[in-house]
Amino acid sequence: MADTKSRNRQRLDLLGLLPFLAYVAVFLGVPTVSVVLGAFQDDAGGWTLSNISAAAGDPYLHAFVVSTEISALTAVIGAVVGLAIAFAVSASPPGGVLRQVVSTASGVLAYFAGVPLAFAFIAAIGSQGLVTKWLGALGLDISGFSLFGFAGITLVYLYFQIPLMVLVIFPALEGLRPQWQEAASNLGASRWQYWRLVGGPLLLPPFLGALMLLFANAFAAYATAAALTNGIIPLVPIQIAAVMSGNVAVGQENLGNALGLGMILIVGIALAGYALMQRRTSRWLR
Amino acid sequence: MTAVVDLTAAPRAATRRRLGKGRIAAWLVLIIAALYFLIPIAASVEFSLRGVHDTHDLSTWTNLFGQPGFVDNLVTSLELAAGTVVITLVLMVPTTAWVHLRLPRLRRLIESICVLPLVIPAVVLANGVLAAFRNGPSWITGTPVILALEYVVLALPFTYRTLDAGLSSIPLTTLVEAGRNLGASWLTVLMRVVVPNLRTSILNASILSAAMVLGEFTIANLLLMNTLPVWTVQAGQQDGEVATAASMLILLVTWVLLLLMSVFGQRGARRTGRSG
Repeated sequence: MADTKSRNRQRLDLLGLLPFLAYVAVFLGVPTVSVVLGAFQDDAGGWTLSNISAAAGDPYLHAFVVSTEISALTAVIGAVVGLAIAFAVSASPPGGVLRQVVSTASGVLAYFAGVPLAFAFIAAIGSQGLVTKWLGALGLDISGFSLFGFAGITLVYLYFQIPLMVLVIFPALEGLRPQWQEAASNLGASRWQYWRLVGGPLLLPPFLGALMLLFANAFAAYATAAALTNGIIPLVPIQIAAVMSGNVAVGQENLGNALGLGMILIVGIALAGYALMQRRTSRWLR
Repeated sequence: MTAVVDLTAAPRAATRRRLGKGRIAAWLVLIIAALYFLIPIAASVEFSLRGVHDTHDLSTWTNLFGQPGFVDNLVTSLELAAGTVVITLVLMVPTTAWVHLRLPRLRRLIESICVLPLVIPAVVLANGVLAAFRNGPSWITGTPVILALEYVVLALPFTYRTLDAGLSSIPLTTLVEAGRNLGASWLTVLMRVVVPNLRTSILNASILSAAMVLGEFTIANLLLMNTLPVWTVQAGQQDGEVATAASMLILLVTWVLLLLMSVFGQRGARRTGRSG
C-alpha cells in the first residue's frame, strides 16, 4: 500500500520535469535529430551516404583541415599565454587589485566574440586601422598582413581564447596548496623538482582539458569569422552557412547536415575529453 | 609598480625576493597582454569618432540613431533579450527548484542535458531549425519568436549552472516545508519563498542570457532575421564608422550588464562570507 503510494508519488514527481524535457526535446532535440538524419538522406528522403562522402571530399575536407588547424593553433597559443597570465596573477597578493581586474576582465572578454570583436580588429589593424596608421607613420607598412586570412583569424580568435583559458585554469592553479611546495622544499626538493614531480603532474589534466575546451570553442565559432571575412575563409561553419544560403549544386541540399554532423562529432569528442579531465581534477581540487 | 611586502608572512616574502626575475617576467606578460586586449577597444573608439579629413567628432554617434533600420533592430534585439529572459526564468526556476526538492538523484542527468547545447554549434543548430520547422506555424518560424525560443536553449548551460549554484546555497527543503506547513500553495511558495531567496542567481541568469542575446549573430543571420548584430554587419559593408559605433554600443551594453553581475556577485559573496 505504502509502496504503491510512494511509487505513485515518484511518478508524479517526474511529471514536474515534463515542461523542461518537452522544451528541450522540441527546440534542441528535433533540430539536432533533423541534422543527424538529414546527413544520411537525399533530397527525396531516401537513405544515402552520398552527403557524407561529399563532405569528406574536397573542397569540404579542406575546410575541416583549415578549421582543425586554426582551432588547434589558437588552443595551444591561447592555453600557453593564458597559463602564463594566470601564473603571473597567482604570484600577486591574494585579494589584490590585480586579481580583481584580471578575473573580471577575463569573465567579460571571454564573452567578447562575434561582431564587435571583428570590427574592433578592423578598426585596429584593418587597412584604415589605428595601428596600421601609426606603424605607417613610423615607416612600417603592415597592409600586406591580411586580417581575413589564416594569421588574421588566429590573432583575432586569441582575443577570446586567452581569457577563457585564464578563467578555466586559474582555479586549478589556486588549488595547488602552498603547503605542498613547502613540504617538497623541506624534503630537499628544488623548485624545478617540485614542478616536475608535483605541480606539473597535478596541472597536466586541467591543462589538457582546457586545451580541448579551447579547441571546441574555436571550432564551433562562426560569427567572428563571418563578420570579419564576409565568408571568404574556408572554415566548416562558413561552408555550412554557404550551403544553407543555397550556394551549392542541385541534389546537395543535405550536404550542410553532413558537415554539421562532422562538427557535432569533433566538438563532442573535444568536450567529452574536457569533461573527463575536469573530473580527474575535481578529485584533488577542494 | 609598488611591491607590497607583507612582513607578517615571512616565508612568502622570502620566496618573493628569490623570484625577482620571475616577477619582472610576470609584469612583462601582463603588460603585453594588457596592450593586446586594450588596443582593439581603443581603436574601435577612435574609429567611431572619425570625421572627415582626419578630424574627430561625434557625428557618427549622433547620426547613429538616424540610420535607417537602426532603431527598429535595436528594439528587436531588446525585445528578444527580454523574451529570452522571461521564458528562461518561467521554465528553469521551477524546474531546477523541483529537481533540488524532489528529484535530487536526477541532478547529474539534468545538468548533462543542460550542457548539451555546447556540443551543438550554433551554425548546426540554425541548420537544423531551418529544416525541422520549415512547415511550422509562420508566426513562430517566420518571426523573431523562434529566435527567442532557441536562445533559451543556447543559454541553458549558463542559466542552469547559475540557478543550480544558487539553490545549493540555500536551505531549500526547510524553507519550502515551512511554507507548505503554514498552508501556502506551491505557487505561493515558489513566488514568495523560493524566488526572493534566489534573487542573486535569478539576476545573474537573466544578465547572462540578455548579454548573450544582444550579441548573438549566427542564428539570427542564418534564419534571415534582422537584429542589431545582423544590421551592424550589413552596415559595415557600406560604412565602417557606423558599424564600429553600433558594435561599440552592443559591447558597452553587454559589458555594463556583466560588470553589474560581477559587482552583485561580490557583494553577495561578501555577505554570505560575513554571516558564515
